[in-house]
Amino acid sequence: MPDDLAANTSVKRTANWPLWSGFLLSLVAFLSYFLIFARFPVTRDVPWINFLLLALSLALLFVGLRRAFGRSDGYRGKIAGPILSVLSLAVVAFFCLSIFYFPRKLPASSQSPRVGQKAPDFALPDAHGDTVSLAALLTTSPAASQPTKGVVLVFYRGYW
Amino acid sequence: MAISVDSPSESEDLCRKAGYTFPFLSDPHTEVIRRYDLLHQGAGVNGHDVARPAEFLIDSSGVIRWINLTDDLRVRARPEQILQAARSL
Repeated sequence: MPDDLAANTSVKRTANWPLWSGFLLSLVAFLSYFLIFARFPVTRDVPWINFLLLALSLALLFVGLRRAFGRSDGYRGKIAGPILSVLSLAVVAFFCLSIFYFPRKLPASSQSPRVGQKAPDFALPDAHGDTVSLAALLTTSPAASQPTKGVVLVFYRGYW
Repeated sequence: MAISVDSPSESEDLCRKAGYTFPFLSDPHTEVIRRYDLLHQGAGVNGHDVARPAEFLIDSSGVIRWINLTDDLRVRARPEQILQAARSL
């Protein structure tokens, strides 16, 4: 018995790096969308880089779990592995919600004016506090030398 | 021109930082936003009402010629889409 114990503790099991790097990569994949990739239309509208990173992170976790449970004599991670995997899956699930669910919770705007209708006129203060009306912009262009061809009206959420 | 619930001073900050030169209008009481049925209730910070994103192209007679009402906050009209629509004016 003392021999066995000695044998057990003397065998140093290697750290299971794919588990930890897989978990960290899932966090990087999640955060990098909001910090970096959401700024550029090609990586924002379809977040393909982030999905690639998440797939890579799950692949690393899979390798790590196989090492932890298949070759547990040589590798650590029997406890950390399942915990990190569940956390990473939660990250993946929350990322999918943040991409496919929350941004689509928009009002239907069924009473919004349609193409072919007259745009309702309005007057509101601009950034300098001067009142600007749609009708005025439609008759006088900011570049006063040319007649106005039209107005692009952009409603945005704002920075509050 | 752009419309949001931001105050004029917030719009001024934004224009200075981003270099925008077109008018930014403030609709803090969401009057125009509601007239265009674009109110997104409670979607702002601390549950403030804001506008949902929307883009309209209006010709010189005041008639709407093109609309983009996105169904996904992340996906907005791109400048080239609006320019293409404006070429028909």
